[in-house]
Amino acid sequence: MLLLCFLTLFAGKSIEEKGYTVGDIVDNFELKSVSGEMISLDDYKNEKGIILVFDCNTCPVSKAYKERIKELHDKFADKGFPVLAVNSNDPGRQPGDSFDEMVKYAEKNKYQHTYVQDLQQEVARSFGATNTPHVFVLKKSGADFKVAYIGAIDNNSRDASAVTKTYVEDAVNALLKGNNPTPDKTKAIGCTIKWKEA
Amino acid sequence: MKKLGILLTFLLGPVYLKAQDVPLVKYDRLGSIIGQPGDEVRVINFWATWCKPCVKELPLFKNLAEGGHIEVHLVSLDYADNLDKVNQFVSTNNYKDLNVILLDEIDYNSWIDKVDSSWSGAIPATLIIHPKTGKRLFVEGEIKDGALERYIDQVSN
Repeated sequence: MLLLCFLTLFAGKSIEEKGYTVGDIVDNFELKSVSGEMISLDDYKNEKGIILVFDCNTCPVSKAYKERIKELHDKFADKGFPVLAVNSNDPGRQPGDSFDEMVKYAEKNKYQHTYVQDLQQEVARSFGATNTPHVFVLKKSGADFKVAYIGAIDNNSRDASAVTKTYVEDAVNALLKGNNPTPDKTKAIGCTIKWKEA
Repeated sequence: MKKLGILLTFLLGPVYLKAQDVPLVKYDRLGSIIGQPGDEVRVINFWATWCKPCVKELPLFKNLAEGGHIEVHLVSLDYADNLDKVNQFVSTNNYKDLNVILLDEIDYNSWIDKVDSSWSGAIPATLIIHPKTGKRLFVEGEIKDGALERYIDQVSN
């Protein structure tokens, strides 16, 4: 019995450390956007879902995907799946990801999508985000948001024109048709999130 | 004939040198590095010239290789079109003896799990294997001071 308790304890812990998996309900959060507003999931209650991207100013892979992330917003915001980009890098370790730099970067790149700072890194931790860009497509389910897809934007970070699998686009299109995305989990090489030094 | 050989070697010298530069490889090559038998503990580090925390910890692997008894492999995940940059980086930092390869496999999702199913894809990442016992350890993220030796001990024993 004691052993069972321990096992449950450990299982609980590891799930918490690894973050959300497909099907999980997302906890609400409130983060400051580059426009100065506080953004929470309540702001998305009239949407069908959210394309949440852990992103940043500085990672070369994020830079390679910058235009593609903007295009995802252009394509799907009107259909009920806006992009929400979350920068969780510690500005202490990565000064190029400070709030001021985020404001400048969003302006320079004419971001139409919301760009928020996760200064405490709690959102990245609860999602289990590991790298940038790391996408979580969320689907509205009653009053909640559920994780429907986790992973990469597509299968070619180097060259958008050589992409053969548009994972996120396919996932959102599937959700718009009322289907579950396949695959619902992919992996990609990316920059590790710059965690605060313990 | 012998003279011709010498002349050819002389003329083709630069070509031979070039051939010793960082090779562009496909997953098969990495798979065989991971799977091949051997006596020594094997350390395979995944990095890229654009990844600052990766570059910062590369001297750890150089020291490790210089200490002997450990087989070190550096797997660059730079884009293949940046091969020149990787070659230059390797030669400037004197990493030539660290078995550097550039893994030219852009469809990441097709091979990341083959390296280790626990890997999210974030770099730096390091795989430590003891081919004799089959013991292995996968470390995602930066390696803190002194931790590399500890990981190697864990896998060796």
